[in-house]
Amino acid sequence: MEKFILKYFTLIRTLIAILVGMIISVVLIYLISEMPVYSIKQFFLGPLLSKGRFANVIENASPMIFCGVAIAISFQAKQFNIGAEGALFLSAAVGTAFAVSTGMPTVLHVIMVLVVAGATGAIWGFIPGILKAKWGASELVASLMMNYIAYFGGLYLINSHFRDKDAGFLVSLRLPETAWLPQFMPGTRLHVGILLAFVFAFLGYYFLYHTTSGYEIRTTGNNDKFAKFGGMNIIKVIILAQVLGGMIAGIGGMTEVMGIHRRFNWQMSPGYGWDGVIVAIIGRNHPLYIIFAAFFLSYMRVGGQILNLMADVPSELVFVIQSVIIILITAEAFLSTWKNKITIKEAEKAEVSNESLA
Amino acid sequence: MNPLLSSIFSTGFAFAILRVMTPLLFPALGVAISEMAGSINIALEGIMLMSAFVGVIVSAFTGSLILALLAGLAAGILMGALLGYFHLKMKADIILAAIALGMFASGMTIFLLYLFTGDKGSTSSLQSLVFPSIEIPLLKSIPILGAIFSGHNILTYVALIFVPMFYVLMFKTPLGLRIRAVGQNPHAAESVGINVDRIKLYALMLSGFFGAFGGLYLSMGYVSWFSRDMTAGRGFIAIAAATLGGNMPLGILLSSLLFGFVNSFAIYIASLNVPSELIQMIPYLVTLIALAVFAIRAQMVKNKIGDIQEHFDEDAVNAVVKDVMKAGGES
Repeated sequence: MEKFILKYFTLIRTLIAILVGMIISVVLIYLISEMPVYSIKQFFLGPLLSKGRFANVIENASPMIFCGVAIAISFQAKQFNIGAEGALFLSAAVGTAFAVSTGMPTVLHVIMVLVVAGATGAIWGFIPGILKAKWGASELVASLMMNYIAYFGGLYLINSHFRDKDAGFLVSLRLPETAWLPQFMPGTRLHVGILLAFVFAFLGYYFLYHTTSGYEIRTTGNNDKFAKFGGMNIIKVIILAQVLGGMIAGIGGMTEVMGIHRRFNWQMSPGYGWDGVIVAIIGRNHPLYIIFAAFFLSYMRVGGQILNLMADVPSELVFVIQSVIIILITAEAFLSTWKNKITIKEAEKAEVSNESLA
Repeated sequence: MNPLLSSIFSTGFAFAILRVMTPLLFPALGVAISEMAGSINIALEGIMLMSAFVGVIVSAFTGSLILALLAGLAAGILMGALLGYFHLKMKADIILAAIALGMFASGMTIFLLYLFTGDKGSTSSLQSLVFPSIEIPLLKSIPILGAIFSGHNILTYVALIFVPMFYVLMFKTPLGLRIRAVGQNPHAAESVGINVDRIKLYALMLSGFFGAFGGLYLSMGYVSWFSRDMTAGRGFIAIAAATLGGNMPLGILLSSLLFGFVNSFAIYIASLNVPSELIQMIPYLVTLIALAVFAIRAQMVKNKIGDIQEHFDEDAVNAVVKDVMKAGGES
């Protein structure tokens, strides 16, 4: 039992953090709801009760996976680039502009639009990357500034040059049908972009854990001095991690436009970049775990919306719980005494058995 | 004169800059003090939200401005202390902990807003108080200056007074010296008996104190209600302002003025049907460039010092070797 706990300690710790979050949510619902049992049922089971709702869970998970993987690659290199939000926003705007102003056969058009969006995101990651790698400028502050620049730049591009003047509100022109990502399940908005999210999560996993560059990124993140003495080109590694992150976030943003509304309709930044930070933390920066984390977060969000709609508890409950969960996961001292106790117990046991052997 | 220019050169415009600048200057000072202690606080957004909310609620239910002020400040300081607790005691990364705290504040304020008012938008149904605006006796009667500098909310003057006070705190008091020592070299600070964690905690609580003023100004001065996510990114803009100002009080005042100017300008220009997005982008672009320039300059200085040290060490080593050889020859 103790061996099992030690082996899967990180996972157990994450699950306990989630459990604590759930308990808090139940307590809060009990405190404020007039019909607590019904509310709790709606919150936890609501997303499963209809096809449309469950489709919502999957739909919302898609940009979270993209951004989570993007953020995770930077975080693995210990680069606090939180620019996924900006990369996603600007790439979607630039990709939309490109899609609207070009005409190509369908598959080629889709690929080219994604390439343009990915390249925009990559450039967006490159700038904080090189500033940090070469001159030590804070990538946190730089990427934060770039988020704002992307936001205003993207809005300018869409509102001043690609706005659909016939629509009653501020949206871009519709993408030509050749640049649409098909939706594959009638009655829902599930689209091919979601499959792409899975593909990128697997690619991200393969890259980080099965290629030399991925190894270099993880090593630099763990101990940059060790990486340097081991002969790794740290400057290259730091830039690469952020370029890849920006690229993935950019592609993720574009698939949202191509798969759901088929036009750029964000006047506010959609916040997926921040969701990406959350799922990267819950998923421990591992692209495959991030898939689960994204589904979990998305499930909670949809549950929160149902709670809001069907019961008397505001959906913001979810934001409170998610912040409790991520703070418990990031707090390394959380449960560390427990772990130490078990480790000592195990060590003592091993000693005893060694003595008995001798 | 064309209408744009005439409105920019009006006293009303200059007055607006100071008004818009206030909720940036407070949190920017908060960011600066945390940066000086070497643990950057990016939770100012959440701290401001909490204080803005607590201030409005307390003033609405007690009818006391003083209690509202104290409660708002307590909320901000508590948020700073919480960040310190998770970062220093629970060993969470300060950036991630701050992001979590920001989300917590955003969600919690809306959640509580709903419980108190039954509305998720704003507290417009509550009778909350605002801090008074004050006319400055002599200044008021000076033609142009009076119109610009007199008649502001009292917290705007507090913000301006905080600028020299920040300088005094950081450069003329033992606490300020300790904070800077901890930020520049925690190991050296520790070796002379400074409790590094405690000083960092104080810095984060002070950071919360400054942020709290920013939040209180927003909901009890700038406007007279609390609305969801009303900070609208000011806590992050404060990071830009602190960076652009080089984390020094006067620099922060100037950079906050720049942000205030650009934001007011964007509001004016939007009414003229000119795309305001590009104008609004300018301060962030300037900050990014400033960040790069600072970093490159710092790197150049570091390289120079590095060179000198290398030479110095070489000379020292040669001298020692010579001495040893001499001593060996003599014996």
